[in-house]
Amino acid sequence: MSTSTETIEQLATREYKHGFYTDIEQEVIPRGLSEEIVRLISAKKQEPAWLLEWRLQAYRTWLTMKEPTWGNIKYGPIDYQNIIYYAAPKKKPALQSLDEVDPEIRRTFEKLGIPLEEQKLLSGVAVDAVFDSVSVATTFKEKLAELGIIFCSFSEAVQNHPELVRKYLGTVVPYSDNFFATLNSAVFSDGSFAYIPKGVRCPMELSTYFRINAKETGQFERTLIVADEGAYVSYLEGCTAPMRDENQLHAAVVELVALDNATIKYSTVQNWYPGDKDGKGGIYNFVTKRGKCAGVNSKITWTQVETGSAITWKYPGCILQGDNSIGEFYSVATTNNWQQADTGTKMIHLGKNTKSTIVSKGISAGHGQNTYRGLVRIAKGARSAHNYSQCDSLLIGDKCGAHTFPYLEIRNSSATVEHEASTSKIGEDQIFYCRQRGLSTEDAVNMIVSGFCKEVFRQLPMEFAVEAQKLLSVSLEGSVG
Amino acid sequence: MLKVRNLHARVAGREILRGIDLSIQHGEVHAIMGPNGSGKSTLARVLAGHPEYEVTEGEVLFEGEDLLDMDPEERARAGLFLAFQYPVEIPGLNNAYFLKAALNTMRKHRGEEELDAMEFMTLVRERMKQLDIDEAFLNRPVNEGFSGGEKKRNEIFQMAVVEPKLGILDETDSGLDIDALKIVANGVNAMRSAERTFLVVTHYQRLLNYIIPDVVHVLTDGRIVRSGGKELALELEDKGYGWLEEPVRG
Ligand SMILES: Nc1ncnc2c1ncn2[C@@H]1O[C@H](COP(=O)(O)OP(=O)(O)OP(=O)(O)O)[C@@H](O)[C@H]1O
Ligand SMILES: [Mg+2]
Repeated sequence: MSTSTETIEQLATREYKHGFYTDIEQEVIPRGLSEEIVRLISAKKQEPAWLLEWRLQAYRTWLTMKEPTWGNIKYGPIDYQNIIYYAAPKKKPALQSLDEVDPEIRRTFEKLGIPLEEQKLLSGVAVDAVFDSVSVATTFKEKLAELGIIFCSFSEAVQNHPELVRKYLGTVVPYSDNFFATLNSAVFSDGSFAYIPKGVRCPMELSTYFRINAKETGQFERTLIVADEGAYVSYLEGCTAPMRDENQLHAAVVELVALDNATIKYSTVQNWYPGDKDGKGGIYNFVTKRGKCAGVNSKITWTQVETGSAITWKYPGCILQGDNSIGEFYSVATTNNWQQADTGTKMIHLGKNTKSTIVSKGISAGHGQNTYRGLVRIAKGARSAHNYSQCDSLLIGDKCGAHTFPYLEIRNSSATVEHEASTSKIGEDQIFYCRQRGLSTEDAVNMIVSGFCKEVFRQLPMEFAVEAQKLLSVSLEGSVG
Repeated sequence: MLKVRNLHARVAGREILRGIDLSIQHGEVHAIMGPNGSGKSTLARVLAGHPEYEVTEGEVLFEGEDLLDMDPEERARAGLFLAFQYPVEIPGLNNAYFLKAALNTMRKHRGEEELDAMEFMTLVRERMKQLDIDEAFLNRPVNEGFSGGEKKRNEIFQMAVVEPKLGILDETDSGLDIDALKIVANGVNAMRSAERTFLVVTHYQRLLNYIIPDVVHVLTDGRIVRSGGKELALELEDKGYGWLEEPVRG
């Protein structure tokens, strides 16, 4: 499997012109949000009536909702009428060579060890395509199609597999779920759709695909992944390369559905622009991610490495509905400079013998504020449910902060719930110990941090783990000494 | 190879080292003994460059270079190794990974090829055998959950891998059982050579039965009050430190 992934990766890094998204002509609609705009978006995408109706219901619900204020984050008011809700992805200006790329970004590329060709791709430099991009796409898709796997953009899925989309859309995150998810439901632009049929094990990490398409992810992304009975899929979202975007507000929704005996692994590396050293600019990332273990013995694992964004508000959770189903959440969230993260998970135990594991590692440096917020709910009928939570915080310097808010709601006395938490500081003595062994302060910090995050990195696919580790060291650069 | 002249150092607003003079030649082993709190570990940390300690007076030459002008990592790369009295734990950080990185920065500094994983493992296995260390050690996090004795042994193991020019052992014998003490002493002895120098801080004459010192110094209250041959250690064992209260000058 790894060799085939590699070839595809090689091919993919040379691909640049068209991704898998259908080309949409460059069009912009007026700023602001109204029923008209929602209709316009739906019309542009030639959506069926039921989907327009769904969007409209979401929009009307959204009008009655208030932006949540419970998060441990601070930011100025967002003017929702000053956002353009539909814009075809702009083509980035084609640059002639990497020399034209912002040196700061290039430096980061190099630190991350991103291959030259890929650097060009990510920054919009014209590349000599050795392989025709269409053929790469085709190879990839053919392979999946042979197995009956559907993997395409959300819009394509609406056109080509409306019955599947209709069956599952909103079943995990209903349009009325929360302020940001509801906004997304009204105006979502595009995203990804995957369906793994019964008994099929998806033979490749769906990672390279995202590498090439990541630059086109929009402001209001919508992803839906369904693993049918006995299916397996490992999905990688995001990109370790620094991502800039003119849109400050991002509100994505991801829904996962695992039927009987199915397994979904969903891994994210998020490296959106965090703002500058003084806290100016930066992406606000308000995401709703939720998986439903609908079937017996099903399993959903969320793994996330969050280093970017000025504000991260995100609680990937699992609804453990099927008996014996398993939910896992492994997270590393770093905040440096003026970044703020309020992140965690929700594990909702409904079925019998359901198990959940939560491992959260928060790293704060600079003036960063890192909050873990986790809910474990064990419903009345969830006999013999089990949860294990571990929340560790690491502080670098003394201007940053770590906060932990674990919520427990236990309605069944047969449940076992374990919670461990720790807060530590990178000690002067630890750094000195490393330096006494010849390591620079920077290497020392990186090593201490990577040790701290080990349990989470272990969950990532190999090649991604290495990148994620490098990414962490880049994002914490200059935080000590 | 190491020349310490009138070294004064303070920490937390208090002067701890109050004029240390010490001269060690290549290949020698010097022992430092002295009561609790007399400044032995402080001397070791100051030599290694711990940022918390402020040198207020004096100079230190290491192989002719101004040691005090170097960062801790530069000192380490130049061949100064400190086996800590209290080695710190680094949770989650793999011992082998850590040691390989350390060794390779030092090799790079010496202009030697960095070792790849295979070469590193070959070297490390050999050293582990010498020091009777279990291979499982390698895959454990640095010092995390190690017993007191294991931590000490790990320090000597690291020293044996990076092969420094000067090894400073701060009470490496404390906490070791008798067998471990012999193993560690043998390990140190195996490293002794005409080029390699050791500064051994200890409370117990017993260690010096195995690692035979050329010179024994007594440190009390931030000063070296007496220096002598290995017999001095025996005398101390017998009489304690009381009789040395009055510094001997000259
Ligand atoms: N970081 C520090 N902050 C405050 N005081 C310190 C610090 N380091 C050392 N001291 C003080 O300096 C004095 C000497 O300490 P040091 O650790 O050098 O003693 P020692 O000779 O190694 O003792 P022992 O035999 O118990 O190991 C002690 O009084 C100690 O409390
Ligand atoms: Mg001491």
